[in-house]
This record gives sequence, structure tokens and C-alpha cells, in this order.
Amino acid sequence: MNHLIYLYGTDWGMGQFPICSVWMILFTPLVAAALITLLTGRQKGLSAALSIGAILISFALSLRLFLLFALKGIQHHPHPIQWLVVGNTVRINFGMTTDALALLMLLVVTGVGSAIHIYSLGYMKGDPGFSRFFACMSLFTFSMLGIVISSNFIQIFIFWELVGVSSYLLIGYWFERPSAADAGNKAFLTTRIGDVGMMLGILLLWSHAHTFEFTELKAKLPTLGLPVGTLALIGALIFAGAVGKSAQVPLHVWLPDAMEGPTPVSALIHAATMVAAGVYMLCRISWLILPSQTALWLIAWIGAITALMAATIAIAQNDIKRILAYSTLSQLGYMVMAVGLGGPTQAMFHLTTHAFFKALLFLGAGSVIIALHHEQDIWKMGGLWKKTPITFWTFLIGTLALAGVPPLSGFYSKDEILLLAIERNPMLFVMAVATAFLTAYYMGREVFVVFFGKPRDYHAYDHAQESPWVMTLPLIFLAALSIVAGWYSKVPDFLGPPHEAQRHSSLLTGGLILVPLFGFLVAAKIYWKAEPSDAPVKVALGNLWTLVENKYYFDELYHWIIQYVQGTIAIVCDVFDRWILQRLGIGGLSVGTGLLGRTVRLLQTGSISGYAFLIGLGVTVIIYYAVVR
Amino acid sequence: MAQLLTIAVLLPLIAAFVLFLFPANNPKAIRALAIFATGVSLLITLTLFAGFDRTKSGYQFVHSIPWLPSYGCSLKFGVDGISMTLLLLVGFVSFCGSFISSEIHEREKEYYILFLVLTTGISGTFATMDLFFFYFFYELAVIPMYLLIGMWGSLPPGKHGRTKEYATMKLTLYLTAGAVLALIGLLGIYFVGGTLDIERLQHNIWLARSTQMWAFPCLLFGFGFLASMWPFHTWSPLGYAAAPTAASMMHAGVLKKLGAYGIIRLALPLLPEGARHWANLLAILACFNILYAGWAALTQKDWKFVIGYSSVSHMGYVLLGIATLNVVGVSGAVLLMFAHGVMAALTFSLIGFFYHQTHNRFVPDLSGLARKIPFIGTCMVMAVMASSGLPGFANFASEVLVFLGSWQQGSTLFRVATICAVWGIVVTATYLLRAVRTSFFGPFDEKWSMLKDAVTFKQKFPYALLLAVLLTVGFYPRLLTDIIKQSVATSIVNRLSTGNEANAASADTANNGRTTP
Repeated sequence: MNHLIYLYGTDWGMGQFPICSVWMILFTPLVAAALITLLTGRQKGLSAALSIGAILISFALSLRLFLLFALKGIQHHPHPIQWLVVGNTVRINFGMTTDALALLMLLVVTGVGSAIHIYSLGYMKGDPGFSRFFACMSLFTFSMLGIVISSNFIQIFIFWELVGVSSYLLIGYWFERPSAADAGNKAFLTTRIGDVGMMLGILLLWSHAHTFEFTELKAKLPTLGLPVGTLALIGALIFAGAVGKSAQVPLHVWLPDAMEGPTPVSALIHAATMVAAGVYMLCRISWLILPSQTALWLIAWIGAITALMAATIAIAQNDIKRILAYSTLSQLGYMVMAVGLGGPTQAMFHLTTHAFFKALLFLGAGSVIIALHHEQDIWKMGGLWKKTPITFWTFLIGTLALAGVPPLSGFYSKDEILLLAIERNPMLFVMAVATAFLTAYYMGREVFVVFFGKPRDYHAYDHAQESPWVMTLPLIFLAALSIVAGWYSKVPDFLGPPHEAQRHSSLLTGGLILVPLFGFLVAAKIYWKAEPSDAPVKVALGNLWTLVENKYYFDELYHWIIQYVQGTIAIVCDVFDRWILQRLGIGGLSVGTGLLGRTVRLLQTGSISGYAFLIGLGVTVIIYYAVVR
Repeated sequence: MAQLLTIAVLLPLIAAFVLFLFPANNPKAIRALAIFATGVSLLITLTLFAGFDRTKSGYQFVHSIPWLPSYGCSLKFGVDGISMTLLLLVGFVSFCGSFISSEIHEREKEYYILFLVLTTGISGTFATMDLFFFYFFYELAVIPMYLLIGMWGSLPPGKHGRTKEYATMKLTLYLTAGAVLALIGLLGIYFVGGTLDIERLQHNIWLARSTQMWAFPCLLFGFGFLASMWPFHTWSPLGYAAAPTAASMMHAGVLKKLGAYGIIRLALPLLPEGARHWANLLAILACFNILYAGWAALTQKDWKFVIGYSSVSHMGYVLLGIATLNVVGVSGAVLLMFAHGVMAALTFSLIGFFYHQTHNRFVPDLSGLARKIPFIGTCMVMAVMASSGLPGFANFASEVLVFLGSWQQGSTLFRVATICAVWGIVVTATYLLRAVRTSFFGPFDEKWSMLKDAVTFKQKFPYALLLAVLLTVGFYPRLLTDIIKQSVATSIVNRLSTGNEANAASADTANNGRTTP
């Protein structure tokens, strides 16, 4: 009972309120999820109201905490609850971190989340599982907020897994579709492989430092004198968790498939927030990674490779959402690379702006999909800009922001990362610039094919119409944020001391502006036609096109491993179990008993003289022991 | 208060005797009595749990009835944190088990009598403080299972190529062989230690090293049979597959835990030096349990075989926790026994729910069931998630404790074992999610349109109760860990760590084989 009072406070008017409001930010969505599941499953309207109300409350409270901190510098340190205490070595707390990093992320999650929750009202209208959808969304919000406020490794792992399961439930939301059900499994299992690494990293760190708390570890780490190799190993193992959740190479394969979920889910979970959790965690534990050059090197390269590789795949995709999914991969690669280059601040800045414009792009894509009655192939669209003007203009803003065209937000955040790269590692800078070019190119392709040219499916085109206001309003809200989020250049400062290399040359910045413009130009040259097609690019790229169209055959490779390696091991175990162990065990027992029986039977000869001899022998032995001994 | 524990344990047995007098043609009354007896027993257990002094580590609610004074044998009950936790488990599972036994429609009287005897057998083993009665209740639990499976079970044909008679015979033979092996060890302890009182054996008597060395493997492997330790596990999936629903629940949920409990209660504290000597082997076998059974589960097609191998795999985590011999690992093992018990019972009861209607539980034959039976589907997804160690369910907290304990143990062997164990959670998730994906998701097969979901409160209640237990402990594991860890620390780990000094002292009196400090 004490804990309940603690959670929600006893005295709402007094100074305790800010403290319990952190708890309320976290638990209100969970309460909504529980209420929907247990009580309001049948009343769809009420379920949606509960879920949206919950996230709005969380948003308002987060905003309040953020402003208190940003304007007045007030920060609260709620007391942790001791969640699990065993022995002298295991103390797992349930704590609350409310520093600048956490507050910014809280705001991003609840802000973008609110817009997407409201958008879902329109998108999911008439779906039979309406209540289930909102219950899962609230569960996700709870889990994601949990990651943000976690104060120790086990706690973050707990919410990490919970985020994984809500993602599983939402990807497989239309569970009767085999592709959706498969995608849910794939996402859960792939990310779990990363989690194994993360768990082992936590264990390894704990066995040296004997604590899970971030603040304690941060203070303790320099005094531990860990060997360089151990430190690098810990960093790499924990990074594996981020590789899974943030879909970095080689565990990236689940994210494109995750587009099987409803579009609001793709926007919230698989673009704006959950996939960014890996980056957020790396920023949260940057004190652990920064001292290890090896770990940094690994992280930077994985990020850069993901960024470039995903961008090349995106140029050959035909599904409006999958292009965005690969774009998400690519941008996450940027953020991870930034962390690896020693710039968690830059990574967080890009995370924030990316959350706005990528959510916007997904919601815009959703609006197109609804307008065309669930058509997702870009080659069946075309000429939509007149039919759906709000969607078009907001989508365009998102595209420009993503490509990094000034003065939209993406320009500022991407610029920071590129400048960091040129200073620390020119090779990675080249890859990052190539990615930036490709980003503008594939987004240009998407915009030109979807919104311009002649309609390719006249029936769908004639019935297309602009989405209702519950869907367009969030689009406008996010578009506004995508424009202005970079202007407030204090965002990076807010997180920490400014990076020294801010005094970059204007020449370089000017050059970087040209990169996306060049990308758009190339895309326009190829696709800005009445009847665009991939044919010229196919011819130009040859086999390379086949390679990227097939996503570098990662899925095929993994499928082979699962089927042949794991499958063989499993069959060997099963066969060994049924044919060797079972027979050996039960056979051993039966043969053993049989032998015993036969041995005993030898004594039962049936001859009187034999029995008499044995009796005599026995009596003699007894007498011998009784008398002589 | 003290008599309450005795009542909680013996009430199902008394009810079984009363059932003898009942007319067989009134199944409703028979069923009501069984539910009543297990329900009251659960309520008493909960009362005891509420009244349990969480600051003490020793036995509580001790109540003794003299039995054979000349041998120092008495019917003595008492619980510490470990057995309190497991009694709660028996309470929940037996209550839900009798609740969902409504699918039994023949020879109800005999069925419920056996079920109640089984319940007392299990809870008696957990609660007794006397070596003789430990073995007595242990056997009392094993034998009714033979009849329950043999008479009310069913085994669809499959690649195993066996009948239910074979399955039940095999199960009984294995468990009896294990019990005999354990008996040899127990007799050794009795003759060398000179008393049947477990508490005295735990605190006042230090057995000679030579005795410990041979008695420990007897107990370890003897109880290991029941705990489905690799390679003595093959009875388990087959037995579960053949058993009626409630019997699978009781067996996978609680009976199997008796084996692990025997090791924790008797083998570790009474034979600490033997434990240290054999711990490495136990850890290796535990890894086999986890990974081998997990991989074997990947190829299974029958839902009950999937879960059967899954439970063998999960027992690996319990055994690994035991092998760590430290507070964290052993506490994790005990909590996992509780968590896995509830989860396994839940899963088997859910399988029973649809199998009772479809008479088919082959994973590929079923498709899209979640549309037709959403409540059961939701519960199944939650059970599967609990089984894969999702936070929020009790299983997560316990598995994390096992990982931590095993890593803390420090030796390279245990580090490798931990890596295997952590990898095991991926394997677990793989076969479980695959099974759920195939039979509950995907397009609905009209073949199963006759399926009916659980709609009434009475139908939903047992599943909801088991889920609620898992979630409650999962959200606040200290409910149980606080009492478990104290008992583990005093009754086991302290014995292990004081082993060396006591060993030196016992060298003087090695002639009579025991010391009484």
C-alpha cells in the first residue's frame, strides 16, 4: 500500500506533485492499457479516449517538467523503489532519471506519440480490433517511456524487452495475414539476438562494478581500472542490444518487414521512437563507450555501413512504406555513426528532428494509402498532388527536411553529424555524403512517382480524396515541427557543452547544401515525367540493381542459416532423443531388470538337494559369525 | 496457526477419504468437494503466507505429531521461505487443476480421489520436516500419476510411435528408479546422521566427507530423474502428452519441482561438500537441458510435446541456479520453480481447453484460432511471453537471478554456462512463437468453426487467476524473493561456506562418521 501512496503521492497541492508526476507520466498509459484490456474492450470510443487521454496527460506533464527544467533549472530526483534485492551483490532499483537527455526524449515520445494516437482515430476507423490497437499503443507508450526514465541497466533491459513485445503485438496486429504474423515473429526474434549480447554485456560490467546504477557506474568506472579489452567487449556487447533495436547491420532485416503493421505503428514505433531507443541508450551510457576507442570504431563503422547500405536498397523499392523503412534504417545509421564518432549530442539532435519528419512522412504515406484504399505500390499511384493537397504539401516538407534542405530541421542536425565526420574520420565522411545524396535521390523518386505524372490506376485515382481532419491535423502539426525543430539551435547545447568544431567553414556548409539538391536533380531527370519508370536506372546499374533490389540477399542468407544450421541441430537433438536416449534409458531398465530376474531364477532349481545344501550353507555361516566372531 | 499448516496439507487427503463414501453417480457433488478442498487449502496457504514472519529465516508454523517414537519419526510439518513459496504454488495449481477438470466425464469419483491424493502427496513433501515422511509423500505423489495418465489420458499417434500405456509405464518406471536411487542416499544419510529430523540434520550434524561424496550423486541423480535432468528426461514430454489436462498441469507445474526441491532441501544443506564436488557436472547437465531440449522442441509438432520439451529446457535454468551454490542463483532457482510451475500449468490448461474441443493439437493442423477463441489466444500469447522470460512476469525476475548467480560464480565453466543459458531465451522464444504463429495466427481454418471461447466468468477464472499470480510476482518479485533469499542464505549457503572449518573439526571424530557441534 505504501508504494501506491508513493506512486501517486498523498498531497497533490504541495511540492510533492512534481515528483509523483514523473511516475504519472510513466504509469498513466499502462493504466489505460489495463483498463482497455479488462473493461472497455467492447466500447471502441471509450477505449480510444482512454488511450489518447493517457498520452495527452503524459505529454502535458512532460512538457511541464521540461519547461521547469529549461527555464528555471529545477530538476527532481525521485527516490527509487527497491525492486529486487538478493544477497549483497544484487540490488535492482526501479528509479527515475530526469536529466536533460531524458526530458528531451520524454517530450519527443509523448509529443509525436500524441499526434500519432490522434491520427490513428481516423486511420483505424472501422477496424474490428480497434480497442486492441489502442491497448497495444498504450502499452508501447508505457514501455518506451520506461526506457527513457530508466536509471539502471536492468531497468532499461526490462523496458527494452517490453518495447519488443509491444512491437511484436503491433506488427502482427492483423494477425490473420500470414505476412504480418511472420513479421512480428521475425522482429521479436531478431531483436532478441541483440538482447542476448546486451544481457551478457550487463553481466560482464556488473561482475566488475557490482552495481547496475548509471550514476554509480559513471562515477566508479574510471577508478575500476578495467583492461582496455574488457571495456571494449562490454561496450560492444551492450551495443549489440542497440544493433537489434535500432536495426543496424547485420540485425536490420526485421525493420522493413515490420511495415506489415498499421501505418501509425510504423510511424510511431518503427520510425520515430522505438527504433531510436538504441541510439538513446548509447547516448545514455556514452560515458561507458567514449573511453574505448575500439568500441567507438566498431559503432561508427556499423552505423556508416548501415546508413549507406540501406540508402542503396531504398532506391529500388516499390512499396511506399518500405522506401521509408529503408530510409529510417539509413538515418538511424547516421545517428549510430555520430555516437561512434564521439558525438552523442549530435546523435540526439538528429534523433529529435528525425522523429518529427519521419513520423510525418509515414503518416503522409498512410494518408495516401487510405486515399487509395490500401494500395501501397508506388507504381499504382501518380498525380495525387491535386487530389490530396494537404498530404502532398506536408509530405513534401517532410521530404525536404529528411534530405537536409535548409532551412528545415534535417539540414541542421545532419550538418552537425557530417561536420563531426569530416573532422574525425574522412572515410566515414565520404560514406555519409554519399548517403545524403542517395537520400535526396530516393525521396525525390518517391515524391515524383507518387504525386506527379499521370495517374496509373484511374479507378483508384478517381475515388481518392483528402483524409479527414483527425488525420491531416497531426500532419500539419508534425510538418510545423519538422520546419522549426532545427532553428532552436539550443537543442544541442541543452544536452551538454557544445562541440568544439562548431566553427566550421561556410564553404563546407555551402557544399553540403548542394548535395541534396544534386540528388533531387538526378531524381527529377529520371522520374519527373508523365510516365516515369525504373528502366533507365536498371540499365545503368546492371547487376548492381539486382543486388540492391534483393536487399543484398540478407534474408536469403539468414533463411538458409535458420533452415540448415539451426534446423539440422534441432533434428539431431530430436532424433538422438527419440532413438538413442529413449531406447537406452527404458531399454537399460528393462534389460537390467531382466538380467536380475534371470540371475535370481538360477537359484530356483527345484532340486531338493540343492535347497538343502543352500540351507546348510546358510546355517553354517550364521553359526560361524555367531560363535567365532 | 501451527495446526493450520497441517490442515492445509492434509485437507485434500481427508477430502479424498470422504469421497470414498460419496455415491459415484453424483459427479457434481464430487467435483464441488474437490474444488472446495483445494480452494480451502489454497486460502489457508495464503493466510499462512500473510502471517509468515518475513524477518526470520528458520522453519515456521512447526507442528509435530509423534509417529514412530522408537525411530525418532514424527509427522512434523513446518515451512521456511523456500517451502512456503512452493506450497503457494501447489495451492494455486491444484485449485485451478480441479477447477478445469470439468472435461473429465468418466469415473469422476476415482479421478478426483487420485487428484486429491496427488495434491497432498506434493504439498506434504514440500511441508514435511521428517526424512521418512519426505519419502512417504514423495512416493504418494508419484503413484497416483500412473493411474491418472493410464486411465484418463490420451496420446494421439505421432512420430513417437507410442501409446499412452507405454508413456505412463515409462514415466512410472523412470520416476520409481529415481526414487529408489534417492532412497539409497536418504538411507545413507539416516544411518550415518542418526536422525530423521531434517532440521537437526541441517543444523547440528555434519556428515563425513566420504559419505557426502557418494550420497550426493545418489540424491542428485535420484531427484534428477523427477526434475527431468538430462539425460533422464525422456519420460517427461511423452508423459505430459499422454496425461489428461489437470494431470499435466500438476505434473509439469508442481510434481517436477519436487525433484529440484529434494536437491535444494536435502542434497545441498546435508551434503555441502558433495555439492561442491558435483556442482560443475550439474552445471554442464543443466546446459544440456536448456539447449538440447530447446532444440528438440523446435522440431515438435504436437503442442504438448512442444511444451513438454520446453519444461525440460526450463528445468535446466533451475538446475543451473542450484549448481551456482550462491544465494543469488539458488534463490533464482526457487523463484523460477514457482514461476515456471504457474506458467506450465497455465499453458497446459490452455492447450487442454482447445484440445477438448478439437481433439487435435498438432500445431500445423490448427490455424488462426485466435479469431475464434480470442480470450484463450490472448492468454496463450501471454503464457508464451512469460515462458520466454518477458519482464512483467515472474519468470523474468527468476531467470535474471539465475543469470546473475551463475555469472557471479565466476569460473570459466559457469561463464560459458551462462552464455548458453542466455542464448536459451532466444531458442525458447523461437519455438514458442513459431507454435503460436502457426496455430493461433494466420488465416482461420473453417474446420475449427465449432470452437467456443471461454466466455463465462467460471470458464475464464482459472486462467485469469494463474496469469494474475504471474503478473503480481513479476511486478513485485520481492513478495517472494525476500523470504526465499533468507532461507537460502541460512540453510544452504552458510552451510556451504562454513564447510571447510566444520570439515576440519569433523576430522577428529571421523570414526563415528558424524559430529554434533
